[in-house]
Amino acid sequence: MNGDRGLGFVVVVYLGGLLFGVGLALSQMARPEVVLDFLQLEDFGLLFVMGGGSVVTGVAIAIGTRLDATAPLTGAAYRRRLRSMDRDVLTGGVIFGVGWGLSGICPGAAYASVGIGNYPILVAIAAMLVGAYAKTLLR
Amino acid sequence: MALVPPELFQTLFPNGIVHYALGGVLIGLGVAFIYALTGLTPGASSVLESTWSYVSKRPALSEGPLRASRGWRLVFTAGIVSGAVLYTGLTGGGVWTTDVQLWRLAIGGFLVGLGTRLGKGCTSGHGICGVGSLSETSLLNVLVFLLVAIGTAGIVVSLGVSP
Repeated sequence: MNGDRGLGFVVVVYLGGLLFGVGLALSQMARPEVVLDFLQLEDFGLLFVMGGGSVVTGVAIAIGTRLDATAPLTGAAYRRRLRSMDRDVLTGGVIFGVGWGLSGICPGAAYASVGIGNYPILVAIAAMLVGAYAKTLLR
Repeated sequence: MALVPPELFQTLFPNGIVHYALGGVLIGLGVAFIYALTGLTPGASSVLESTWSYVSKRPALSEGPLRASRGWRLVFTAGIVSGAVLYTGLTGGGVWTTDVQLWRLAIGGFLVGLGTRLGKGCTSGHGICGVGSLSETSLLNVLVFLLVAIGTAGIVVSLGVSP
């Protein structure tokens, strides 16, 4: 699977995902109802989830990109996450927004939702997989 | 001394902010941990596309960086599920299921999958890693999906659909 990167790499990605999942469950973002309450402007707490997550990540990236070092497990350079700007970024954002506003679920929160026992969310995940496949037919 | 009048705080944050902020910090720590040791900025939506490379022979899926990352993306996803299981176990909460109607999950899920891949990221790829990188592309994408989602949710409610 990641033969050239070793067991340590797999363990680190798993444990990072684990923290990520605990955070999604603790914040209740794994519940579509909570996300919909936010999108219906009834509870603005979700701003602290995205804010807290992006600030902590931002600090890590700000430090990493200033270090004269590479990542110990991969030898990769520390970079910012940058993507090219084009019309797809806007179109995709609109389509994602309609889907998120309709369902109250996004990919990471959907996986965490499985972990809190919310089996109906498997319908959303299956549909996300179909949607992602549909994208490969377009681009 | 309160920075925000208690009544306003109660209106904006009827469930408080502590668990939201702590959850956000943990999400950030998970990303930072992976970033510090591997240099990766993991997003949650790419796995929806990269996993197809296991079963599809189409060049769009079976070549390129997405295919190369498909293994660790599944590991990351397994970690997210495990974390939520761990939280549920530690807090003694039982199984929780949503009341949001299945057609909303199905149609919304399809649009989420399509939109996130077309738009090059989701709430974590753009919203956490991209915003944390102060990427203009991500900031714009997040602004767009946030406003559109608020508008969509409002329309759905005004049509009498609940939940």
